Amino acid sequence: MAKNVLKLDHITMQFGGVVAVNDLSMEVNEHEIVALIGPNGAGKTTAFNCVTGVYEPTNGMISFYGEPMVCNHPQGKMKKLYKGQYYDEFNKVISPTPDQITKLGIARTFQNIRLFKSLTVFENVLIAKHMRAKQNVFSATLRLNAKEEQRMREEAMALLEEQNLAHLKDEIAGSLPYGLQRRLEIARALATDPKLLLLDEPAAGMNPQETKELTDFIVQVRDKYGIAILMIEHHMDLVMAIAERIYVLDFGKLIASGTASEVQDNPDVINAYLGVDEDE
Amino acid sequence: MTKKISTSTIISAALVVFLFALVFVLEKVMNPYSMLFVVLKKGAIYALVAVSMNLLNGFTGLFSLGQAGFMLIGAYTYAIFTIPADQRLSVYQYFDGGIIDFSIPVIPALILAGLAAAFFAFLIGLPVLRLKSDYLAIATLGFAEIIRAFFQWDALGPVTNGSNLLKKFPTFDSTIFPFAVAGICIALIVMLINSSYGRAFKAIRDDEIAAEAMGINLFKHKEMAFVISSFFAGVGGALLAMYQTTVQAMAFKSAMTYEILLIVVIGGIGSVTGSVIASFLFIACSEWWLRFLDTETFIGAWQVPLLRSGFRKVVFAVIIMAVVLFYRQGIMGNREFSVDRLLKKRQKFIEKQAAKKASKEGR
Ligand SMILES: Nc1ncnc2c1ncn2[C@@H]1O[C@H](COP(=O)(O)OP(=O)(O)OP(=O)(O)O)[C@@H](O)[C@H]1O
Ligand SMILES: [Mg+2]
Repeated sequence: MAKNVLKLDHITMQFGGVVAVNDLSMEVNEHEIVALIGPNGAGKTTAFNCVTGVYEPTNGMISFYGEPMVCNHPQGKMKKLYKGQYYDEFNKVISPTPDQITKLGIARTFQNIRLFKSLTVFENVLIAKHMRAKQNVFSATLRLNAKEEQRMREEAMALLEEQNLAHLKDEIAGSLPYGLQRRLEIARALATDPKLLLLDEPAAGMNPQETKELTDFIVQVRDKYGIAILMIEHHMDLVMAIAERIYVLDFGKLIASGTASEVQDNPDVINAYLGVDEDE
Repeated sequence: MTKKISTSTIISAALVVFLFALVFVLEKVMNPYSMLFVVLKKGAIYALVAVSMNLLNGFTGLFSLGQAGFMLIGAYTYAIFTIPADQRLSVYQYFDGGIIDFSIPVIPALILAGLAAAFFAFLIGLPVLRLKSDYLAIATLGFAEIIRAFFQWDALGPVTNGSNLLKKFPTFDSTIFPFAVAGICIALIVMLINSSYGRAFKAIRDDEIAAEAMGINLFKHKEMAFVISSFFAGVGGALLAMYQTTVQAMAFKSAMTYEILLIVVIGGIGSVTGSVIASFLFIACSEWWLRFLDTETFIGAWQVPLLRSGFRKVVFAVIIMAVVLFYRQGIMGNREFSVDRLLKKRQKFIEKQAAKKASKEGR
């Protein structure tokens, strides 16, 4: 059986009175491509932000390779405000920062591309190598360990070559066309040597041809690096083509999950997407 | 990356040697009291402080307004620990010669000056740099104001000499000294900026959230940039003390921070060479070229209008506004002056010429 990579246990994220993610449980297994879909404002990006440490979930636990990685329960002011479910087992608090989670092996891209715009393509990728480099600020400044810098540069360059971006290495990231910026962002995430890659709407703003290419590209990335991929996506043809399992969120709640065909025929999903009001 | 030393490195090194030789010769042949040396000495010191500020504001994207405060700490630390033991009774005349009765050599004292400033920065950074939003400017500005009052406090007299001057500590005569110290410090900052850590700083400047997602610990790196920047501001303060030959807390007003900020903006936020060039220009203008604006001048019996004490400041204000309105990038933008770039440009030019020639011959 495939090993479990990521597991969300009853995750609730509440901002003030707004429950953006409501009691979400889901999992991603090794080597899997999983999609998280749902209408606008469903809470998909918020779920990503909980996994990557940008937000501390109000309640619930997230495990990575079976180890608890994030855990929280309503505390302080939130105790009164909390509208979600309570569970006894989340009594400890684990709240790592985003950089710690990246170090564990979860990399991500952003819905609205976040590159280091004034740096070159090469530098954008090279920065991902910083966190694991064996150096300190003195040895790095005084070039006492030139081999380490050399190694970082070689690894970054190798990755750019694998991603067919090597010819752009000295371009300023912010000046690249949109499609290439998306690809660079994925390359940069891969440079952190992740075990799990989170893609937030990788096909946003792409035409059908580009979307088709991206579809193949995502599968290639999964196979080449042997990683698991969790993606948020609105392009249904992309999702249906490559996602092995799909989770559907609506108003923060999980309304369906399963294979493409299972989800497609689910009446709740059709309702959510067509915006049918249950009262009507 | 080849091990071979490139042409540009050799030319750059030669330029530095030439510069020092030039300063050395000028000092031999010119009147040592010439304004030129005032500008070179003070300019070098300001260049160091401006570059240290740029490391923070330009390369890490942190806005700090504490430069004068850290310079004050550096200047005092240097002075307190280098006043010769036999002079202390006369310096600390109201405090029985103070409580310190030893002195250390100049170079260790300069380093200690930097460390003292860095230590205060470390303490300020601990709470402030954990906050997401930019409280650093307010915190550092407040710190600079408080520290200035604090150092004048009578109860600290045995150490700081209260509101009295500190003097009789070792100073320098030759312009070579501030050039060498500032030069080494700036070289270290440039090496830091070009290292893996410098890249991390720039990543934070460009996008904090993305930097974090790349595994960069925001707090650790911000604190590091802040502490290092303050270290060099402290060394700059010590150099300023040596240049002025006396130290008094009153002199380190926030106006000094604004002068340095102005230099950074004029030079180009994110350009080390810009900061250096702007420092010398700024000091040359304020100490020398624009001095005439402050003196009432008569041509025959006719008094030139506007020229009187304080007018220089008005002209400065106009220049600042002009820079901010029309020349926002500063002298250098975020580019650097480097021999490498010049060589590349020349190469391109030659190639272009060759291509033109070839196309002409082809026809
Ligand atoms: N930091 C925040 N503070 C308050 N409310 C928030 C915050 N972040 C998200 N929300 C709210 O949570 C809800 C879910 O937002 P989220 O961005 O996760 O949606 P999404 O599913 O990614 O939508 P889209 O498809 O438009 O990207 C929205 O109502 C949003 O306003
Ligand atoms: Mg979203």
